[in-house]
Amino acid sequence: MAELDTSGGGHKKGPGVKKGKKLSTRVDLTPMVDLGFLLITFFIFTTTMSQPTAMKLLLPDDKVKPEEQNKAKESGALTILMGADNHLYYYEGQLKPDASNFLSASYNGENSIRDVILKKKAYVRSIATDPNDPEHDLVVVIKPSQYCNYKNVIDILDEMSINVVKKFALVDIFDIEEQLVKKSDESAVKP
Amino acid sequence: MGRAKLPRKSTTIDMTAMCDVAFLLLSFFILTTKFKPAEAIAVTTPSSVASKVAPNKDFVLITIDKDGKVFLTIDDKQKRELVANSLNTAKNLGIDVAKFRSANFVGAPFSGLNSFLSISEENRKGNLLPGIPCKDSTNNELIVWMQAVNEAYAGAKMDLLLKGDNLAKYPSFKGVLTAFKKNNIQKFQMVTNPENAPVGSELYKKSMSGEKMDN
Repeated sequence: MAELDTSGGGHKKGPGVKKGKKLSTRVDLTPMVDLGFLLITFFIFTTTMSQPTAMKLLLPDDKVKPEEQNKAKESGALTILMGADNHLYYYEGQLKPDASNFLSASYNGENSIRDVILKKKAYVRSIATDPNDPEHDLVVVIKPSQYCNYKNVIDILDEMSINVVKKFALVDIFDIEEQLVKKSDESAVKP
Repeated sequence: MGRAKLPRKSTTIDMTAMCDVAFLLLSFFILTTKFKPAEAIAVTTPSSVASKVAPNKDFVLITIDKDGKVFLTIDDKQKRELVANSLNTAKNLGIDVAKFRSANFVGAPFSGLNSFLSISEENRKGNLLPGIPCKDSTNNELIVWMQAVNEAYAGAKMDLLLKGDNLAKYPSFKGVLTAFKKNNIQKFQMVTNPENAPVGSELYKKSMSGEKMDN
């Protein structure tokens, strides 16, 4: 028959009985450290430290009489028009009646507005009369149409600070231009 | 000659201290992280290279949400009271000043202002509210609002902020600009997400050469 060992722990073991090996209480903490640092890196990378920034904008005073407003030289003027679906158009100087200088550009990538601005800047520099202020004549006129969105406006204003354009103005669009933008928007093939 | 035997050293290091440090850092990061408070008006702002941090107290904020609805937030409660009082006298609106004072933002035309204020704070959600009418040039109520704000801030410095959604259409932005211009406010700031200047651009070169950026 099987025997049950009912003896208590307190009883002394005989000389032949081996002592139970004492297990170490030390645990290998390496995996725990690994996990800890993994979590730290995860939290650091997922936390956005970004605080919202603010972009300053000064509006022109409407009450200044038209005669007193500073006129832009035609050679240094670049007009940027924003249309629907991130379409972007520009013309240099004055808009020709046949709209032959009404060209399209994009916000980034190929044929970007940045290149257009830089080209214009280089041109203004090359014809500058005052060597101390070669970019004096450069004026960028921003005309958002009613179809564009807020992001487009901010993007273009941002482009001004990226390319360090000192003189730019946010101006109301003319009806003719708006119609032109609308027509071009409709005819443009979606990329 | 027999060489003295070096006792073999164990390669296991006690990890307890390192573990302590790791979890201390972890708890520090978790506790210091501030979660974004849920906003009543959901707005995704565009990003810009502007590096100045937007002021976070004592501001007057105009929010344009993605449908082009306009909301006004006045941070200072005393100024809210002044604005409510001046609107009450100027337009005879009968605004409940105490309620207006505790309202975090306003987003209703004058005609519906009292019913707007009777909605409980947690039920005022941007997408359900009409917003302040400003798209129509004949009925731009924001002009009146800005006039009242201007009066309330007379002599004091006002941080005027504009926070627009990426998808807001230009006419609402224009309406806001008109309201500013009509009240001779030429200076304001637009809230954006920070972004680095594109590599190779003029601004990038400037910031690399250590020049101070003024915007």
